[in-house]
Amino acid sequence: MAEQMARLPGGGRIDHDDRRRFTFDGTSLDALGGDTVASALLANGIHLAGRSFKLHRPRGIVSAGVEEPTALVTLRSGGRTEPNVPAPMAEIHDGLTVTSQNRWPTLRFDLMAVNSAAARFLPAGFYYKTFMGPTRGSWMYYEPAIRRAAGLGRGTTEADPDRYERRNAFCDVLVVGAGPAGLAAALAAGRGGARVMVVEQMSMAGGGLLAEPPASAADQWRQATLGELAGLENVELRPRTTAFGVYDGDVVGAVERCWDHVAVPPEHQARQRMWTIHPGRIVLATGATERPLLFGDNDRPGVMLAESVRRYINHYGVLPGRRAVVYTNNDGAYATALDLKRAGAGVTVVDTRTGRASAVAAAAIAEGLSVWPGARIDSTRGRQRVSRVRIDDGHGTNDLACDLVCVAGGWTPNVHLACHRGTRPEYHEALGAFVPGPLPDTQAAVGSMAGALDVDTAVADGWAAGRAAAGKGRGNAPPAPEVAMAPGWPNGAKAQKPGRGKVFVDLQNDVSDSDVALAWREGYRSVEHLKRYTTLGMGTDQGRTSNINGLALMADLRGQDIPTTGTTTFRPPYTPVALGALVGRRTGPHFRPERRTPMHDRHVANGVVFTPAGQWLRPRYYRTHGADADTAYVREMEAVRGNVGMTDVSTLGKIDVQGPDAPDFLNRVYVNAWLKLPIGKARYGVMLRDDGFALDDGTTSHIGENHYFMTTTTGEAAEVMSWLEYLLDTVWPELRVQATSVTDQWAGIAIAGPNSQRVLAEALPGIDIADAPLPPMGVTEATTDDGLPVRILRVSFSGERAYEVYTPAGYGDALWETVAMAGEPHGIIAYGLETLGALRVEKGHPVAAEIDGRTTLDDLGLGGLARTNKPFIGDVLRQRPALTAPDRRRMVGLQTEDPEAVLRAGTLLFETDTPIDGHGIGHVTSAIWSPSLGRHIALAFIERGREREGDIVSAVSPIHDERVAARVVPTVFLDPEGERIHA
Amino acid sequence: MLRIPCPFCGERDHHEFAYGGDATVTRPALNDSSMEAWYRYVFLRRNPKGRHREFWQHVSGCRSWLIVERDTATHEIFGARMAADATMESNRG
Repeated sequence: MAEQMARLPGGGRIDHDDRRRFTFDGTSLDALGGDTVASALLANGIHLAGRSFKLHRPRGIVSAGVEEPTALVTLRSGGRTEPNVPAPMAEIHDGLTVTSQNRWPTLRFDLMAVNSAAARFLPAGFYYKTFMGPTRGSWMYYEPAIRRAAGLGRGTTEADPDRYERRNAFCDVLVVGAGPAGLAAALAAGRGGARVMVVEQMSMAGGGLLAEPPASAADQWRQATLGELAGLENVELRPRTTAFGVYDGDVVGAVERCWDHVAVPPEHQARQRMWTIHPGRIVLATGATERPLLFGDNDRPGVMLAESVRRYINHYGVLPGRRAVVYTNNDGAYATALDLKRAGAGVTVVDTRTGRASAVAAAAIAEGLSVWPGARIDSTRGRQRVSRVRIDDGHGTNDLACDLVCVAGGWTPNVHLACHRGTRPEYHEALGAFVPGPLPDTQAAVGSMAGALDVDTAVADGWAAGRAAAGKGRGNAPPAPEVAMAPGWPNGAKAQKPGRGKVFVDLQNDVSDSDVALAWREGYRSVEHLKRYTTLGMGTDQGRTSNINGLALMADLRGQDIPTTGTTTFRPPYTPVALGALVGRRTGPHFRPERRTPMHDRHVANGVVFTPAGQWLRPRYYRTHGADADTAYVREMEAVRGNVGMTDVSTLGKIDVQGPDAPDFLNRVYVNAWLKLPIGKARYGVMLRDDGFALDDGTTSHIGENHYFMTTTTGEAAEVMSWLEYLLDTVWPELRVQATSVTDQWAGIAIAGPNSQRVLAEALPGIDIADAPLPPMGVTEATTDDGLPVRILRVSFSGERAYEVYTPAGYGDALWETVAMAGEPHGIIAYGLETLGALRVEKGHPVAAEIDGRTTLDDLGLGGLARTNKPFIGDVLRQRPALTAPDRRRMVGLQTEDPEAVLRAGTLLFETDTPIDGHGIGHVTSAIWSPSLGRHIALAFIERGREREGDIVSAVSPIHDERVAARVVPTVFLDPEGERIHA
Repeated sequence: MLRIPCPFCGERDHHEFAYGGDATVTRPALNDSSMEAWYRYVFLRRNPKGRHREFWQHVSGCRSWLIVERDTATHEIFGARMAADATMESNRG
């Protein structure tokens, strides 16, 4: 069992009695309840946690939070594998497997470290100047290797076994961040009676107060405040919840990591939950991130942020080093120095400030701390752990042995959420930092995020903001907690003098100060160019510990101040969000709704193979008729043309149109005439868009006084419904017409074939469907003897004698059974969409493949349908020159010359014997092998189509390497006189 | 995430609605045979920055067509009214 050599006995807020085991790169290690991967590794004396992106230099743990640039690990395995997790954010549970990233074969011995030796050939942007030869196509040889080398962690391709969910939340006040300012705001708003939601990114609330030891005055304040908040019913505090973005309407997106801290989420529980929060007011208290100081080889494992070291000592009970150097330009780091000393480490403070020692520094010296004033760290030594620093005190250099360097370069407020709506942050000269710009009335930023220098201000401002947000309040702000020392702000963010060795600005992406200088030399001087050319700030840490330092360097090179140089744009998400959380439950069968007809189960029982048609499942063919679609439809077609078949047409759009002005409305919307259609008759209609192109076709029946039943295609049903509603609401609200979607309310069955009338008569005895009462395009409504209400429409899509029978959806299955039973002695079969499609191609009926939004009435050969003696929608623009040009592609039929040749939808048409170049003279929209003609036929559009009957053209498919000779023929291949509907 | 105040149904998320285009353009009368008028109506649009009136349909709710006033730069929504009311009003005027 490995010892936790760096654990402080009894220290921190972790549970010393809760022993847990985890593995790191296969080695089993001890940890305690409350540890993160970072604190547990440090407790076991392990600093080496990863390898840098480009140069594969050894890297350690830098921080105690989301700003972690280098200690990125992969958690878990299999379908739960999660790469690029910052070690300080990964909570340890018993049995957790942790793997380091970006190294091969091991962390200690990484072959890719050879990149380090070639560092001078790999500056920023090196890939823009290399990999360019010897030929243009050479890139495709380099690309796979580069792709493999890129990235840090590796994801998994296994399915994620866990659930995720999404929830909405509404509250009066949302407080983001549960540090001293956020807690004060929550207290104020909560006591004021507002509905308050507090989200806190870490597993424990307290923010910066967690760097104070337990049992300190600060911690007592924290616990008392949390206790009161827990007792307020109107306050909800959610830890492990990161607000990642502020959106339009002040909506806040947040992710709650409900069960990431255990091995397997409890049954039925979501691992993560995405919140869409709708607050009345927002109080942002997201704190600030410590800034590193720059020196040579400042990336060695053991170089850490000073306040983070305090947190490891006081919150996690871990001492990250025994011989520490604290490198600072402000007072705040002295708290770290004193805590290190009290925990038993040897400490030396290197303070860059010259002149008289500050009160804090003087007191620390008095307490026996060794301090080098007016000095800087030049560089470090050490292979996989820092072992020595070189200090330059202005008179010369001195080497100091150490195993820990705590850097404190000031603070950068986490302004992100205050900037997501477009407000640019403002530079605060005295703080040397950007703070939020002016916020709308509904938002406030408080605490160190807003540049508050001390915890008293943070609490007072938080309290005031919480009270204002609640709109009401009582009592005064509570006293602020006593903290050991305020975090210090430096005097401005000045560029730092380079040291010897590589000076890293962005630790994750290996961007050094020489890269910033390179960008400047090459003209990439704006902050946006600096970012993209060097990739500074583009890693998973988004430059939290590097942006300002890079900015300061560039500003110095340009001879400008920082505000002029500006910042890049802050965009959501604040930290990475799992796609699973964004998707929630809308995955698998819940990805999109599945629309089923009322006869769905019956089709399944009949051995159907479905095909998706939009959201619908439609029968494609039935397995009993053939092994696959291509064989089944032939059998089904033969049955329909020779005998009788039945098919489910419930998915057609159906719209009930009623009102005294209904005929007038139809007359305006369709191209043809509707005023004189008698009751009991149906008519085929086409409607155009305002721009003159065909929108949809269908059959509309006059079923009663001021009552019409319109059908549309399945695919355009929703579009047509909205279109009619648009016209009735916004254009002609004075028309007395009601249009209602009844697509789901009516089930529909088409019975087609020479024996269709016979079968239907036997299925619905008592209803007269002889030719006299029900001629072609006749419609009748009746109720069967069994009480089945039906609407029968004699219309043919197939070209055979055919009827469409509609019944209320609840009776659909009963109707199907009735017809099937009546048809059984006649040998009726069910047929699917494949057959439906083939039947109509033989008859030249256009469907969505032809009415695709780019074709006109004339293109479709339906120009004769339009009535020119009445205005209708689309009439004017359909006459514009481009739509009436003589060389437009018009619909024709095609059939192969060679019976064995194949025509395919989507192929292009060219003149015979011309080279295949350009877009050709036409295209094929629908193609089938026709049992009736014994060869492939197609519907196609070809320039000057009507004049080309009899011509032979080439149908070309470069994908299939085919060039097929096809003859242009009329679109109706079978029974052009239309006699079969009377059969 | 926009909230649209449907006059019938109350304030709802914009996901319940479908955007329906510019409501400030004048549609020619059905019997207007001017190609120019229809061309302008169908194809020409200004792209204003600031408060703008546009059509939305409450497809997941009452299915009314509404005219919504929205600031195209800030997405602030200032109100919504029934499109039918607006048309009838301008017909009377």
